[in-house]
Amino acid sequence: MTLKPTPKNGTTLSAVKSGETVQIQKMQGGHNFLSRLASLGFTPGARLQVVQNYGHGPIIVNVRDTRVALGRGEAAKILVSRPETE
Amino acid sequence: MAGHCNLPGKEQQPTTEPDDGTTLTVALAGQPNVGKSTVFNLLTGLSQHVGNWPGKTIERKTGVYHHNGTTIRLVDLPGTYSLTANSPEEVIARDYIIKERPDVVIAVVNAASLERNLYLVAELLPLAQKVVVGLNMVDVAAEEGMRVEPRVLEAALGVPVVPMTASKNRGLRELVETVDRLARGEIEYHPHLPEIRDDHRQVLEAIHALIADCVPEPYPSGWVALKLLEGDGEITAMMRDQCLPPDRWEQVHKILMAHEDAVLAVASGRYDWVGRMIRAAVTRPRAGQITRTERLDRWATHPLWGLLILAAILGVIFWLTFTIGTPLQNLLDTYVIGSLADLASAWLAGAPGWLQGLVVDGILGGMGMVITFLPILVIFFTVLASLEDMGYMARAAYVMDRFMHLMGLHGKSFLPLFLGFGCNVPAVMGTRIIDSRRARLLTILLAPLVPCAARMTVLVFLTPIFFKQAALVAWGLVALSLTVLAVLGVLINKIVLRGERAAFIMELPLYHRPNLRTIGLQVWQNSTEFLRKAGTLILLMSVVVWSLSTLPHGDIQTSYLAAVGRALAPVGALMGLDWRMMVALLTSFVAKENSIATLSILFGDGATSLETALAAALTPTAALAFLVVQMLFIPCVATVAVIRQETGSWRWTLFSLGLLLTISLLGGIVTYQVGSRL
Repeated sequence: MTLKPTPKNGTTLSAVKSGETVQIQKMQGGHNFLSRLASLGFTPGARLQVVQNYGHGPIIVNVRDTRVALGRGEAAKILVSRPETE
Repeated sequence: MAGHCNLPGKEQQPTTEPDDGTTLTVALAGQPNVGKSTVFNLLTGLSQHVGNWPGKTIERKTGVYHHNGTTIRLVDLPGTYSLTANSPEEVIARDYIIKERPDVVIAVVNAASLERNLYLVAELLPLAQKVVVGLNMVDVAAEEGMRVEPRVLEAALGVPVVPMTASKNRGLRELVETVDRLARGEIEYHPHLPEIRDDHRQVLEAIHALIADCVPEPYPSGWVALKLLEGDGEITAMMRDQCLPPDRWEQVHKILMAHEDAVLAVASGRYDWVGRMIRAAVTRPRAGQITRTERLDRWATHPLWGLLILAAILGVIFWLTFTIGTPLQNLLDTYVIGSLADLASAWLAGAPGWLQGLVVDGILGGMGMVITFLPILVIFFTVLASLEDMGYMARAAYVMDRFMHLMGLHGKSFLPLFLGFGCNVPAVMGTRIIDSRRARLLTILLAPLVPCAARMTVLVFLTPIFFKQAALVAWGLVALSLTVLAVLGVLINKIVLRGERAAFIMELPLYHRPNLRTIGLQVWQNSTEFLRKAGTLILLMSVVVWSLSTLPHGDIQTSYLAAVGRALAPVGALMGLDWRMMVALLTSFVAKENSIATLSILFGDGATSLETALAAALTPTAALAFLVVQMLFIPCVATVAVIRQETGSWRWTLFSLGLLLTISLLGGIVTYQVGSRL
């Protein structure tokens, strides 16, 4: 179910280290899942700061001034890219 | 054309009161964690009425507020992130706004996460008659380094914005004043509505054209078109099954299939609008500035420290129970219930013996004993309400997520289970936050294994009678319950309920100082609920148990109750328990605290205390076996009722009862058989 990181600098959110800031490229999943993610601030183009990712267990991200905890499986369905500059 | 579509059970109810300008219906909307309940509590106080939404088991709070001769009927809508049908709460909130047409909707938003909060406002504006934005938690935002300029935001939105700090009772007068003036038309109202992104405008218009003449009252047709595009389950089903002719639906369906990604485009469109609204109004903290929430979360959500903190919190709850709750309970028992019993005996000295027995042994001995548990319950309710109010509970769910995975559940399931330490009833009802039915069923099945406050009081009462290390034994029994819970969860997940887990997505709210008023009101509501139960169900049960223990010959040994207990004696013998202990277990089905009430009636002879009588009647091993059964036994009847209600299935309910009955009796038998051979 994991997305293939096709574009340059692309990866899944679950692979992003703590402290990094990334941008959402694509989100995969059913209507309900996408709609719930969207209502919590996750949409393509939104910036995410990964607050905590220990490589196991759920991760924490900052999105649109909100802290959100996300299961690893869920994070693997969000494809992100690192901004070129900054 | 609109008339041909009738929706069963969805007729508009004529609940709007005569519009003479003195009564306003105002709905309170907002996302979770914005302080909405604080606003509601401050405005309505103890005048609020708590009920359920029609046909749903979700709490519906209404209250009345008087302002300059205007009566404001305030309705607290469930906290929701959006108005798309992702959960029953969201359907309730939007149905209320669409069908009941409140005069004004107050949208409470959290100034510290304005961007996401305005997403809900973007959904409210096209639906509600008039909206006032209550910009709450201005102080919390300031502590996090965020500054919001209310006047600038107001100009951008085109609707009134009232800054407030509800936790300090600031800005509420202005809020009500604004609502009143807006309803009277003294404030101009020209909201700047969000629009769909250009790339989807044509699609939306095409759908709108196809459905416009079929949309039933009172739904706005443009809104229905948008919800179809978003793939909203409820609206799609309504239009497909009840409203659109089949050929028309085919056309709509074709368009929708070609634009399956529209849900994100619509959401992005709303965030574009939000971005324009806040661009000038919000100043963010400098990058790299470490906020209080971040500092605390380094510990609270750490894989190791987070767990230790959670364990410490649980430890403190038990410690408080033993060091404050139990002594207080003893004081109440000796001085209040004891003196009442003396008073009643003296007063009823001339009355027939049975009446004296009923009042002193039955009512005071049974119900009175249960009421003395109130201090212990208040401690539980207070700690749980405080943790929730401070924003800690979501962290507990986060650190427990990995462990819940072993049971095929995720962190959110931990919250209802944690609630179970207070009472199993809200625990079972709290499983609604879990999205998948499979995970919900499993959580409901496991919930009764969390020792509720009532079980805990029985535990706290009985352990010191038999064991020197009472706290240690009590801890051990709690640990046993939780171990059984975990093992059962893993087994059921592996054997009975295989399948995919639901998504774990959860907001971690900012920490803030607990609001005493919110907590106080919560504790008050829970405590009065308990006292009501003590005054009705437990009172009735006390009388029934006492009567059964006296009838037909006025002697316990030959009573009906003894007959039932003796019938169960063979099972009891395996656990070293006599018939009286079996009866105590049986009556705990009505309410857990009843065990003590029953024991005090059955062992009470007026001369020795219950403690002494019990210590003489039971060996410590048998007492331990009794406690093991008591901890793992089938839940009380109220919990069983909500299990039936929430699972919607008698099969599940009976399966749950059978499973717990088997486990508890086996546990008791093993404890006694092993214990008495050591």
